[in-house]
Amino acid sequence: MVSNAVDIAISMADIRAMLPEMFLLASVFTILIADLFIPQQQRSVTHWLSIVVLVIAGVLVWRSIGDVSLARTAFNGMYIRDEVAAVCKLFILGSTALAYVYARPHLKPRGLYQGEFYTLSLFAVIGMMLLVSAGNMLSAYLGLEMLALCSYALVALNRDSPLSSEAAMKYFVLGALASGLLLYGMSMVYGATGSLDLGSIRAIASSNVPRPELLVFGVVFIVVGIAFKFGAAPFHAWVPDVYQGSPTGVALFVASAPKVAAFGMAYRLLDNGFGTPALWSQWSAMLSVLAVLSLVIGNIVAIAQTNLKRMLAYSTISHVGFLLLGIIGGGADGFGAALFYATTYSLTAVAAFGLIVLLSRAGFEAEEIDDFRGLNQRNPFYAFLMLVVMASFAGVPLFVGFLAKLQVLKAVIRADALWLAIAGGLCAVIGAYYYLRVIKVMYFDEPIAQAPVIAHTDNTFRIVLTANVLALIALGVFGGSLMTWCLSAVAAS
Amino acid sequence: MMSAHLLSWLIALPVLGGVATLVSGGADANRARWVALVFALATLALCVPLLSGFDAMSSSMQFVQRLPWIEALNVNYHVGVDGVAVALIALTAFTTVLVLIGAWDAIDKQVHQYFASFLVLEGLMIGVFCALDALLFYVFFEAMLIPMFIIIGIWGGPRRVYATIKFFLYTFFGSIFMLIGLIYLYLKSGSFDLATLAQFPLTRTEQMWLFFSFLLAFAVKVPMFPVHTWLPDAHVEAPTGGSVILAAIMLKIGGFGFLRFALPITPDASHEFAWLVIALSLIAVVYIGFVALVQQDMKKLIAYSSISHMGFVTLGAFVTLTLARDAGNIDGARLALQGAMVQMISHGFISAALFSCVGVLYDRVHSRMIGDYGGVANTMPWFAFFMVFFAMANSGLPGTSGFVGEFMVIVASFQAKPWIAATAAITLIVGAAYTLWMVKRVMFGEATHVHVKALTDINGREALVLGGFAAATLLFGIWPAPLTHLMDASIATVVEQLLRVKA
Repeated sequence: MVSNAVDIAISMADIRAMLPEMFLLASVFTILIADLFIPQQQRSVTHWLSIVVLVIAGVLVWRSIGDVSLARTAFNGMYIRDEVAAVCKLFILGSTALAYVYARPHLKPRGLYQGEFYTLSLFAVIGMMLLVSAGNMLSAYLGLEMLALCSYALVALNRDSPLSSEAAMKYFVLGALASGLLLYGMSMVYGATGSLDLGSIRAIASSNVPRPELLVFGVVFIVVGIAFKFGAAPFHAWVPDVYQGSPTGVALFVASAPKVAAFGMAYRLLDNGFGTPALWSQWSAMLSVLAVLSLVIGNIVAIAQTNLKRMLAYSTISHVGFLLLGIIGGGADGFGAALFYATTYSLTAVAAFGLIVLLSRAGFEAEEIDDFRGLNQRNPFYAFLMLVVMASFAGVPLFVGFLAKLQVLKAVIRADALWLAIAGGLCAVIGAYYYLRVIKVMYFDEPIAQAPVIAHTDNTFRIVLTANVLALIALGVFGGSLMTWCLSAVAAS
Repeated sequence: MMSAHLLSWLIALPVLGGVATLVSGGADANRARWVALVFALATLALCVPLLSGFDAMSSSMQFVQRLPWIEALNVNYHVGVDGVAVALIALTAFTTVLVLIGAWDAIDKQVHQYFASFLVLEGLMIGVFCALDALLFYVFFEAMLIPMFIIIGIWGGPRRVYATIKFFLYTFFGSIFMLIGLIYLYLKSGSFDLATLAQFPLTRTEQMWLFFSFLLAFAVKVPMFPVHTWLPDAHVEAPTGGSVILAAIMLKIGGFGFLRFALPITPDASHEFAWLVIALSLIAVVYIGFVALVQQDMKKLIAYSSISHMGFVTLGAFVTLTLARDAGNIDGARLALQGAMVQMISHGFISAALFSCVGVLYDRVHSRMIGDYGGVANTMPWFAFFMVFFAMANSGLPGTSGFVGEFMVIVASFQAKPWIAATAAITLIVGAAYTLWMVKRVMFGEATHVHVKALTDINGREALVLGGFAAATLLFGIWPAPLTHLMDASIATVVEQLLRVKA
């Protein structure tokens, strides 16, 4: 048995291994205090400071890759520094930075351009970074709660909107329930294995566990917790309300980076913790049901939506279904595919919400699908950008969504679950329908008279958004190296 | 060296042209037209070194270029052409030029986007014909849908949205199973390379499932009975140029897919299920022919006629198997496959021309219904000359290219089973019936409608388009040797592959 005695001394090596998180934490406190003294007219100081902090943290993560002088684990295995964590963190930081750029023009005219948005989301980022680096069930839970609590508050950022408050309330209640289930599962796993350390759990699980049924029972609850964080059906009820109810500037953030973090959580728990062949066959069977439900519910219900944000919410549910296909495949191949899916998805989702912001203006939210009518005639370039995002979501080749789907289908076929691949394929066809409908509205319909003019926002926003969308094509054509990186990261970790 | 990158240029140039047209032509429609035409002509010009540099005696792939693309999946940017591909690429470049000329004044909204879409589409279609890597093929095959989706959706008729979404989803549905099949093959063989896959041994069951995944993808594309229903809708609603490209080239990609995938990769299953494909082809040839007979809408009539004629392509391709394997008749097998390929090229010219003819009438009267015309020959004699000529070609008149392919397939089928040939030959009567009856009702008799009396004959631009197609139809009808010679060696290779028992 593994000793439970913990050496609580903190060494310099621990700090150095966790440098990006440490730096981020110190910066958030600085921003939190500095922001108190910043008048509203100079809020952009907070804005740019936050982006700079994210970029520096990204550089720190980048430089830590392959640095052999750094410890692989820190704080007695609570924290793991490996390549999967690094890839996840880079995309979490990157998509959050993009979210900041896109959120500002939306928050500003709505009186939501506050320091709280930045500090809360930065704390959430730290939570996500902890989560993807968790080597212990406790640190995973800690990271998760840090993300979740900040997210609840962010969704409710617009206090005066009943829709936002309702969404936040729903999110909070369901989230608390899921956290409870997760903790319950963890306690059972602890009971079965006598350890909270994921590495030890795996080692113990692969030998003889005295009460295997208890362990499996614990895994069930943990899978539920993970499914909730992903928003996989049937634990998806919060997703549409949160997407629709939260201000677009917040939805941007909630819809992108946390998906990568949820992948990281699944990877840590299901692979590092429960990655033994016996347990894999258990949780992959559970996830198969969740994946198919997500694919079917997400894609079919999305067809009925008229609100673009709500449609994107259901589309997220279906994409989670695809992502789960990769995880079901298991092993380096499957998790690598899922990692690639999660990272590219975060880039696509953030761009989709960015486009909604682009077309919104003060007092007007361009969030109904009909608001996009005839966009091609009013601004062909923005229509083209939306076309790229939708085609990438639909998985049409030459866009990155195709490569992502290709990878997860490969993973699941390799795991001999051909029926899942066929189900995924069929659902991709159903999904194509509602993405095409957005293209149809933009290109084939005549603009309506009251349609909004294109919002005139700052150039940084437009340039970054354009680069973001064009990256979806670039990755679709030259995405091989990112794919290789994701696969080798999982293989090396 | 030019020849090493020739195919890449053929793919990239039209796509670049599309971007250039989009960028340059937003404000000035005329500039967009000229930019697009220059790029289309340049692409056509690239076909000259392609045709002259191609060694028809060699059966190997030529102008091969191979670069690693997605290393994690061992996917290569691997392009190369055999005789069949060269012929189809030339057809694509030729047709695109004529389509752009044909659309010169006919399109008045978002002109630059229309021209750009066709150029991008051209590049992607050439990519399909060049691809020697299964995944690369799939990428072009699917990416092609987006420009066509937009072409039908923006510039199409009243029910364009329904038609274009149906078109997209049908094809997407068919091909997703092919993708799963390809991934399966990759996991077995470790490669997406078509040549490797053709060599790779597969059990009977595996071949069967793979064969059906290919069949679904390409049967939708060809289209074969009973998955043809998207085609009449798409053709009727598409703008003239869209119909022309759809009929002339996109349908051929289905036939080409059988040649590249089903026949070499799953020869045993193709043989086993040849009866099924032959039966479906005969249904298409005969039954759809009768369906064409009752159409009131000219475009719909030609669309059904396309399905019927494409039946000869699939018939020829799979009669080949019966001949090669059951009868051991290698010459007959080559003849059948050769006939199928000639039929593809010939139908490319003829159907494109017929859709252009309907386009000419539609631009003037804004109706496609046969009943709205009558006596057009009185006011448009030159147009009548072309239309009657293409109608004759469509009914398979000797001396036109329409005769050559059908005749070869029928002769080859006769060697396999006389009843197949007899059934297929019914088309010579039915085809003549629906085409000539349409021409009679539209062209001849007294001009009763006021708008028909007011018609003006074709202008120089339209004469150029129709004349171009007419010249090609006549050339390959009288002298098909260059075409058959070009494809001979490649067809012999495919027949050899068919004889290999893999299971």
